Amino acid sequence: MNDTIVDITDLCFSYSGKEVLHNIDLVVAQGDFIAVVGPNGGGKTTLLKLIIGLLKPTRGRVRLTGRKPGKKGLEIGYVPQQIDHNLSFPATALDVVIMGKHVPENRLPFGRSQQDRRDGLAALEKMGISEFAGRKISDLSGGQRQRVLIARALVTEPELLVLDEPTASIDSRGQTEFYQLLQELNKELTILMVSHDLLSVSAYAKSVACVNKRLHYHQAFASSGELFDAVYACSVYDSCPVTFPQSAPGQSSLPEGVTND
Amino acid sequence: MIEALHFEFMRNALLAGLLASVICGVIGSLIVVNRLVFLSGGIAHSAYGGIGLAFFLGVPFMAGAFFFSFLSAMIMAAVSSRSKQRADTIIGVMWAVGMAVGILLIDLTPGYNVDLMSYLFGSILSVPRSDLLIMTIAGGGILLLVFYFFNDLLVMSYDEEFALVRGVPVKRLYYMLIGIVAITVVMMVQVVGLILVIALLTIPPYIAEKYTKSLIQMMVFSCALGMVCTSGGLWISYRFDLTSGAAIIFLAGTGFFLSLVLDRLIVLSKRRLMLKSHREMSG
Repeated sequence: MNDTIVDITDLCFSYSGKEVLHNIDLVVAQGDFIAVVGPNGGGKTTLLKLIIGLLKPTRGRVRLTGRKPGKKGLEIGYVPQQIDHNLSFPATALDVVIMGKHVPENRLPFGRSQQDRRDGLAALEKMGISEFAGRKISDLSGGQRQRVLIARALVTEPELLVLDEPTASIDSRGQTEFYQLLQELNKELTILMVSHDLLSVSAYAKSVACVNKRLHYHQAFASSGELFDAVYACSVYDSCPVTFPQSAPGQSSLPEGVTND
Repeated sequence: MIEALHFEFMRNALLAGLLASVICGVIGSLIVVNRLVFLSGGIAHSAYGGIGLAFFLGVPFMAGAFFFSFLSAMIMAAVSSRSKQRADTIIGVMWAVGMAVGILLIDLTPGYNVDLMSYLFGSILSVPRSDLLIMTIAGGGILLLVFYFFNDLLVMSYDEEFALVRGVPVKRLYYMLIGIVAITVVMMVQVVGLILVIALLTIPPYIAEKYTKSLIQMMVFSCALGMVCTSGGLWISYRFDLTSGAAIIFLAGTGFFLSLVLDRLIVLSKRRLMLKSHREMSG
């Protein structure tokens, strides 16, 4: 379970003269659940976009199982941050999920196959919303639409799932369900997720990548408290690398009531 | 209406209207779901500049209008794909300048002055056979192109970023779509006028979007609505001796407001049902 699937070396990215990311090195091993945290404008989303191939690095390189992003190699499922865009678009939940299977090279035959339909329904089933398959997306709730978008990412059975602040529009009960679902999915695939939600990140993620122009990767935490410290230091103090307080495993240096395991 | 069809100009007008409905239903659906209504308006009005240019140079109207609006369409596409926030301003400027250039060029043209009004509302009652043929061929070509790239356009229209991740050539498709809009507009301007083009491109798809569950259904429904509006409008203009283009737009606009009322009624009836079941439960 330790095969490298994403390998980023010496990566710099600048946008209109401003350096957004500087000298990033990151190796993502198969089976990892990485939370990408950091301040706004720190380059988290940029890093995701570089990995999925929406942006090209200014310097350095990104390799997905040895290949450049965008080339056929690693199958990536991408869940965007925005779930409310183009709300009135005439499409059902199932249609949106099947869009995830779209391959531009295969233009003909026109329309979708029975196989597409079955796979789409299976992905919706996995997300527990198959009864809404025929509903128009505008008639779904925010949480249901979020699940539809995850199903769209899962329909190709990706090895890597990339999520950009997925819980921004879900209420707290929905969030707990959502993270449990991610944990379940993590048994089969690797997850890379941008999040501001420190508590949940420390409860569910396996490792943390702090991104603020530079990147610091913290792996294999003894306890979720320790992980929380790392995340907290990254996002609140902007001070990476993190120096861990000398606490016993499982005992965090947090104020009362913030522990979460 | 039937006896009106004994006249060839009436048959041609009806055919032109039906053809325009089909092309506008398909392309208009793409325009509405991609939020290109304002950009299409800009292309249509800058075609005016091309009409003026054609008269000034003494070349066929089609050539001038096509050159001018295709050029401005590509500039608008480049601007809107680069900076989305300010694209509307640039389009607004080109919209106005295009029309002004058209009028100035016609002023400068020696000899007779052409009536630019006829390009605003069209002259559907004087469509010659040859224009019908051009419309059929060009329209057929456009529709083939759209249906060949249909799945790409569908994925792009719903979520551009996701389409990029799936490897859809979004940028090229975007330029293609806007180029298609330019061709559609120019082809329609002489027949139905540029105001009617915008009406046919936006009103039927907007109504259709609310009651359909897929892009293809939306296109089919828009085509049907467009056909009802054009043939109904033609009948009104024949029966009451009114300007045909304006009659067609008026009918489409009435449909638009009726659909808003219908939406409201649906919401109200759902509310009443809910209140009724609530009463029954508590009573």
